[in-house]
Amino acid sequence: MDLSFGPEYEAFRQDVRKFIETNRESAPRGEAMKSDRVRSWQKLLIEKGYTARTIPQEYGGHGGEPDIIKARIIGEEFARSQTPGGLGGQGISMLVPTLLELGTEEQKKRFIPPTLAGEMIWCQGYSEPNAGSDLASLTTSAILDGDEWVVNGSKIWTSTAHLADWIFCLVRTDPEAPKHQGISFLLFQMDTPGIEIRPLVDMTMARNFNEVFFSDVRVPKDQIVGKRGEGWFVANAILGHERDSLGDPNTTLTRLNRLIELARQETMDGQRLIDNPVFRDRMMKIQARVMSLRFNDQRVLSSRINNTDSRLARMISKLQGTELRHDLEGLAIDIMGEIGLMYGRSDYLTDNGSWQQQYMYFLGLIIGGGTSQIQKNIISERGLGMPKEPKFEQKAEA
Amino acid sequence: MEFGLSEQQTALQDNVNRFLQEKAPLERVRRYSEEQQERADDIWDGLVELGLPALLIPERHGGIELGALDAAAVCECLGRHVTPSPFLSTAVLAPTAILLAGSEEQQNQYLPEIAAGNTTFGAALSEATGARRDAGVVATNSKLNGKALFVIDIYSDNYLVADTNNRLYVIPSDAHGLTINTLPQIDRTRPIGEIIFNNTPADALVADDQGSALRSVIDIGRIMIAADTLGASQEMLDQSVQYAMERRQFNRVIASFQAVKHMCAEMAAEIEPSRALLWYAAHTIDEDSKESHLNACHAKAHLSEVGSFVGKTATIVHGGMGFTDLLGLHYWFKRIGYNRQILGGPESVREEAARAQGLC
Ligand SMILES: Cc1cc2nc3c(=O)[nH]c(=O)nc-3n(C[C@H](O)[C@H](O)[C@H](O)COP(=O)(O)OP(=O)(O)OC[C@H]3O[C@@H](n4cnc5c(N)ncnc54)[C@H](O)[C@@H]3O)c2cc1C
Repeated sequence: MDLSFGPEYEAFRQDVRKFIETNRESAPRGEAMKSDRVRSWQKLLIEKGYTARTIPQEYGGHGGEPDIIKARIIGEEFARSQTPGGLGGQGISMLVPTLLELGTEEQKKRFIPPTLAGEMIWCQGYSEPNAGSDLASLTTSAILDGDEWVVNGSKIWTSTAHLADWIFCLVRTDPEAPKHQGISFLLFQMDTPGIEIRPLVDMTMARNFNEVFFSDVRVPKDQIVGKRGEGWFVANAILGHERDSLGDPNTTLTRLNRLIELARQETMDGQRLIDNPVFRDRMMKIQARVMSLRFNDQRVLSSRINNTDSRLARMISKLQGTELRHDLEGLAIDIMGEIGLMYGRSDYLTDNGSWQQQYMYFLGLIIGGGTSQIQKNIISERGLGMPKEPKFEQKAEA
Repeated sequence: MEFGLSEQQTALQDNVNRFLQEKAPLERVRRYSEEQQERADDIWDGLVELGLPALLIPERHGGIELGALDAAAVCECLGRHVTPSPFLSTAVLAPTAILLAGSEEQQNQYLPEIAAGNTTFGAALSEATGARRDAGVVATNSKLNGKALFVIDIYSDNYLVADTNNRLYVIPSDAHGLTINTLPQIDRTRPIGEIIFNNTPADALVADDQGSALRSVIDIGRIMIAADTLGASQEMLDQSVQYAMERRQFNRVIASFQAVKHMCAEMAAEIEPSRALLWYAAHTIDEDSKESHLNACHAKAHLSEVGSFVGKTATIVHGGMGFTDLLGLHYWFKRIGYNRQILGGPESVREEAARAQGLC
């Protein structure tokens, strides 16, 4: 066991720390997506190589060598100091890696730079009313008409569709082909005529996701990633990227430390909740889980550096990371008791109600990006070698 | 950076596993427990031949001077094979105590003998992690009186004993004024007992200052027990997957039922991260880090919970067969049950974890 990254990396860590200390004043504090502050912070981070680190400069990235240890240190230091890091969102975390891997040169030049700069916001149009976990059964259609695709159908749960400039969208281009082979991956603008967006209120009472309806939406023929019929493959190339980013143990550790603070502050009948052994016990249980997942993450990192196998350790991280986070936020609510019910504006709220909000939000993340049940299918089938789910004839339901 | 077992550690595990597979398979363990054998000398001799009692002992005392992570790697194998052996007390608890609290003379007296496999130890430490009933050992002028309960590895040549002032002693099992009774318990692979002391002369390990050696002994012991649970849990999961792939119901293997797959996935999802926690905890002992006490507590308590979950779930996957003696799955279930209570149950160990951080 050798946990040191070596002196070169310790120096790098110090650099990152110094940068954060010097510059954190200009970091965004919850401003809107395209505000000047958000964009100039993003620009600064790209310049320093603290985000978009390995993306070539010609596509608006930093152009650095891949170095997973540096990437890790950056993540740790920004989380530790609770400073906003580089922009995320589905455009940056999902579309950009896809284009880098499978896009044409023209697509890379056109879409990646403004996306990284925070000027082009994307949404992900995958799920449909009848295609959730069983995504490959999607029916939104795109039919080629001259130089354009004509898209009809609807999407649901589309996060940030109301704020997005563009959508990357899975559509069925060949209804006769087997279900995984008739799908294509299209990119189009959200202000194209024929698109209607209806907001859906989620349980946190936010309007973050939407229903999106397409009627005869015309999309230039070349706005397709990969070939016609390869959309399933294109989308799966990056689903892993999304999963890796859900339930990040560094953020969870920051939340745990805050939770312990909370238990020191909150009182019931004048007694601090930290002095209540039942709550202390629950906190310690959660702490052990947080530690386990953090070290699990280090093990995965180490095996990537040393080229050893840790497939199972990696496969469990979305499942365990999101479930743990939901439990952790829920414990904070129990510690606050009735105050944990407060929602909205109230002087009694602690931390602006973030515990209540995150408790619910993480329930959403347990579902989104492949539900816990789907994760367990994956773990048992691909991790433990158990049989795949039996397939049923499509006609059986009719 | 390397987070995980080194090549040597993996090779050590391969050696131990290979020996246990060949020489101490379940049939051998069954004979030990059904016939209530006191010692399994054939198994212990083999472990001695592999050099295991010498693991933590410095080279100058004839040992091989490896660390807690190496010893934990061995314990994982012992748990996997539900091996009856006094490894925990002989190779880990006693040497750690003697190294930390023994004089040079005591070290010279005991350590080479342990390393060579010429003697075995049991450990009477239970009262230091929470005394039950009226147990407790009191020392006056190096004479011990009172009772120690739940003494680990009871059929041994010597005992490491903690008194109520957290001081440590060594006594031979044939010492004057000693009454030794075995206590029947669920895990029949690791006999425990009570010792009643009546003016028993003891060799005090005097270099200890205010129980810090005892604390270190308990920390490392907890990590070993957690490692044993990890090995036992992994084995139960592996057996579950294998059984589920063979057993057929409703014209299909039960491994094709999603309820069964999910039980297995949940076991894997609990085991994997706890392995990383355990490695890290053992590593901080080797680094002599300030966090090692906290980590040892967390490893012990967390693996106790994971182990209980796996023990229950794996048994359910096996259906009625899991409940019978035929298959022997209960050996692992009971091993995990023992590990949960010995040297501190999860609730009290978590309370210690909280105290270690100044939370109470
Ligand atoms: C916060 C949030 C944001 C989202 N953002 C987006 C977005 O931006 N773009 C987008 O395209 N989608 C988005 N989604 C949709 C998300 O991907 C789907 O909700 C998810 O894949 C589950 O599909 P579903 O909702 O149709 O549930 P269903 O698939 O109907 O599942 C219902 C229940 O059945 C279970 N189930 C289904 N199939 C199986 C099976 N084979 N085995 C066992 N159990 C099964 C599920 O686990 C679940 O418990 C978002 C979802 C959430 C919650």
